Amino acid sequence: MGIVSPGFSGRRRTTGPDLPPGQYLTEDFPVLSAGPTPRVPLDTWQFVISTETGAEFRWSWDELMALPQETPTVDIHCVTRWSKFGTSWQGVSLDTLLDGVDTAADYAQAHSYGGYTTNLPLDDLRDGRAWVVHSYDGEPLPAEHGGPARLLVPHLYFWKSAKWVRGVRLTVEDEPGFWETAGYHDYGDPWREQRYQGD
Amino acid sequence: MAAPTTGRRAGTPLMWRVARLVERRVETPTAQTLILAVPGWPGHLPGQHVDVRLTAADGYQAARSYSLAGPADGERIALTVQRVPDGEVSPYLTDAYAPGDPVEVRGPVGGWFVWRPEETAPVLLVAGGSGVVPLMAMVRARRAAGNRAPFRLIYSARTPQDVIYADELRTRARDDFGLDVTYVYTRQAPEGWRGEPHRIGVADVNSHGWPPDLEPLCYVCGPTGFVETVADVLVGLGHQTRRVRTERFGPTG
Repeated sequence: MGIVSPGFSGRRRTTGPDLPPGQYLTEDFPVLSAGPTPRVPLDTWQFVISTETGAEFRWSWDELMALPQETPTVDIHCVTRWSKFGTSWQGVSLDTLLDGVDTAADYAQAHSYGGYTTNLPLDDLRDGRAWVVHSYDGEPLPAEHGGPARLLVPHLYFWKSAKWVRGVRLTVEDEPGFWETAGYHDYGDPWREQRYQGD
Repeated sequence: MAAPTTGRRAGTPLMWRVARLVERRVETPTAQTLILAVPGWPGHLPGQHVDVRLTAADGYQAARSYSLAGPADGERIALTVQRVPDGEVSPYLTDAYAPGDPVEVRGPVGGWFVWRPEETAPVLLVAGGSGVVPLMAMVRARRAAGNRAPFRLIYSARTPQDVIYADELRTRARDDFGLDVTYVYTRQAPEGWRGEPHRIGVADVNSHGWPPDLEPLCYVCGPTGFVETVADVLVGLGHQTRRVRTERFGPTG
């Protein structure tokens, strides 16, 4: 337990088993990004998975939309301490995209239009836990929330769910991304409150 | 977007430190600056922020992030807190927190939205509301370091009464050589102001910012809609996206 601040009792507007430690619930959908919002035209958009051997697997927008679609409804948790319950998305599972990708890599680094990067273990992209999503609440994903398509990895802090995603590089070594290089945690499990390096 | 140049990957875990209130300054009817004494504070760069944690007698905790309002100053830090009416942390800090009382802080945090006092490029700061706080840390750090980089601050506020640091900015605009300050008012402008209250737009940024060919560093901080607008305007005017750094404020009650 921390040092008590006299007179503080707290509002405790949200508690419960679904809220990770140190988070509060919001009904809004706040935006956090480090620079201007890229505008990515769909006719040149593509998503690329590259492996440690240099093999590349590419999808155009139309090819992505032609893949089996899933509609995950998930809770999301931002390291800036807001959580939002029951968000509804549509997109393609990374299991589908990784099917047929032959790799011995243990890590993945997602990269985005605009230059953003973030790293995570490849296993965390598998088993129905990660998607490339293009719709939110039944509407095309707005650019400020990462449209035309973003990664969705809801079991990790939301900075791992790279906006404006353009690909995933599979790597043998863990290569820290944008916020990870700036002092944020390599893994980012909200249930273990892995906010910053060393947590 | 280039990779950030600072990091503390090899560092020890950030630890919670006890901070005690030394001084409180009322900035506006809803914003206050808190000066905290933090034994062991490791120092910070302008633009970085800190997590503040409150603990109730029964162990319940709540934490929020606040921008540091001033440059590194030994074991003292300054936070400017905007009171969020239905918030959990900010009303305690502005209304109940008394001199000598402890809170816990952890930081500094953030290695991207920072300005280094050794930078020489022109700087454009664009603030919306309480988004001025980390930008003020840069303005103060510039003078403290004797840095001569030309700075321009465009500050959008609802009314003149909502301008944080108003007196200090007036003095600095006069005395800090190479610092220009321009205001945009969205609801009500001061007496004798030329033009109507309006939301910031292309003309404001074009007239009071820097031309893109000077390759200024641009820092934009404020509510999401404000930051989206200004960042789009800067890119539209020809600024390189990698020179435009943004920090968005969501609700941080």
